[in-house]
Amino acid sequence: MVYVPPAIQQTELRRRPLGERPAAEIHDWGKLMSLTVNGSAVSLPDDPRVSLLDLLRDHVRLPGTKKGCDQGACGACTVLDDGERILACLALAVQFEGREITTIEGLGEPGALHPLQQAFIEHDGFQCGYCTPGQICSAIAMAGELRRAVPSYVTSDLAADSIALDRDELRERMSGNICRCGAYNGIVEAILSTFGADE
Amino acid sequence: MNRFTYARAADPVDAIRRASEPGAKYLGGGTNLVDLMREAVERPAALIDVTGLSDDITEQPDGSLLIGAAARNAALAEHRLVRTRYPMLTRAIVAGASAQIRNMATVGGNLLQRTRCVYFYDDEGSRCNKRHPGAGCDAIDGFNRMHAILGASPHCVAVHPSDMCVALAALDAVVHLEGASGRRRVNLTDLHRLPDDRPDIETVLEPGELITAIELPDLPIAARSTYRKVRDRASYAFAVISIAAALDIEDGRVQDVRLALGGVAHKPWRAWAAEAALRGRPASAAAFAAAAGAALADARPLRDNGFKIELAKRTLVAVLEELAGAAV
Repeated sequence: MVYVPPAIQQTELRRRPLGERPAAEIHDWGKLMSLTVNGSAVSLPDDPRVSLLDLLRDHVRLPGTKKGCDQGACGACTVLDDGERILACLALAVQFEGREITTIEGLGEPGALHPLQQAFIEHDGFQCGYCTPGQICSAIAMAGELRRAVPSYVTSDLAADSIALDRDELRERMSGNICRCGAYNGIVEAILSTFGADE
Repeated sequence: MNRFTYARAADPVDAIRRASEPGAKYLGGGTNLVDLMREAVERPAALIDVTGLSDDITEQPDGSLLIGAAARNAALAEHRLVRTRYPMLTRAIVAGASAQIRNMATVGGNLLQRTRCVYFYDDEGSRCNKRHPGAGCDAIDGFNRMHAILGASPHCVAVHPSDMCVALAALDAVVHLEGASGRRRVNLTDLHRLPDDRPDIETVLEPGELITAIELPDLPIAARSTYRKVRDRASYAFAVISIAAALDIEDGRVQDVRLALGGVAHKPWRAWAAEAALRGRPASAAAFAAAAGAALADARPLRDNGFKIELAKRTLVAVLEELAGAAV
């Protein structure tokens, strides 16, 4: 398929409440099943061994999502599953029937970048750029987690109704995204400038 | 990765029926199993996806909390009743893995995840009694800094990797099981086995038996509880050791206590002796140190991990002092 980036930025991604999701169906594999990638329907692979990451890169031809370690250690393959961040390498594509996957290609495009993409440019949030799509997808979902006060390991008050995004919270919450170049200072500044409390 | 069939279970009965096929395995979020399949450590003939089964987290009339096994780790950590009534559980979950993995991994899968012993993962180059019973263990005389100090055997020195399970062990959690011969309940502390001479058998689950739910009893002491994890980097690393603790002090005395250790054994390690040593005692530094000594009394170091004994003692004391507050 030819990928056409969406004209509208999806800045308010949010997992649908469980009750609105399609109920699990009884079926064996090999039927006409699909998921949605950046707004377009994509058929699931016949071979259940295909990871979500390989489906995105090799079948749908969306190379923005990167394969780093392919074992859940680096975060380069982070994408959004109904708005929540996941690792595309550790999941089988067949597990995502009916779900909405958003990749870096679905967040912005040249001339209409997502604000966080622009911030990464302005704050030198990368050197080689290989971890960047994962960093950006991860940070966008992290902002959603903060809005609903999901605690982290460094949150002192677990019962708090709101959590401010300071550097300690940001570094802990983004620890699943490794940058081999060590561009962390720029990454932190880019995310803080986009989602920080006093911006 | 070997070839396998994939099917999604509609309900527990359907899952159990499908799992009766030879070589079938249940699939949760996939964060451990898919990785192990890629490493050829796991070679299932059939995957039964159970993520469509109950993920409800509901308070029961008796005050307990029932957690569907398909609930994602992140959903459990985020739940308001967990954050307020069982804070050690939220802290343990968010101490584990990364946000991405916690969004994927299920509660049932967390219980059944397998050790991260590097020799277990090295299918081509290392001997491992978990992968091939009777083959031998290259960890016992190998690099074993991360390995067990409690409950190990001459056949296996691997540790259980979960943070969540350490809190569940301390919280008297009960695991709901369903299999071909019916339903039963097993205490979380009885779910995992010590390695003995069969480290390949990691739990008391019967073949095809399915974890359907985790039950947290109404446990007022848990409102004053925490989880502390010591690791080689500040975040996103498995525990060197960890401590889950709940403490109830009245009039300067320990009324009740719950203690469990992670990163020390083949299973989440409930410190029964340390709890017994503390109950009724003054909430003092001396009593906390005595409890730490009791918790590690049976510890046996390997070549590289003797430091874990002192580290676990000191962390246990520090966590108790934190919970006791500045009064100690």
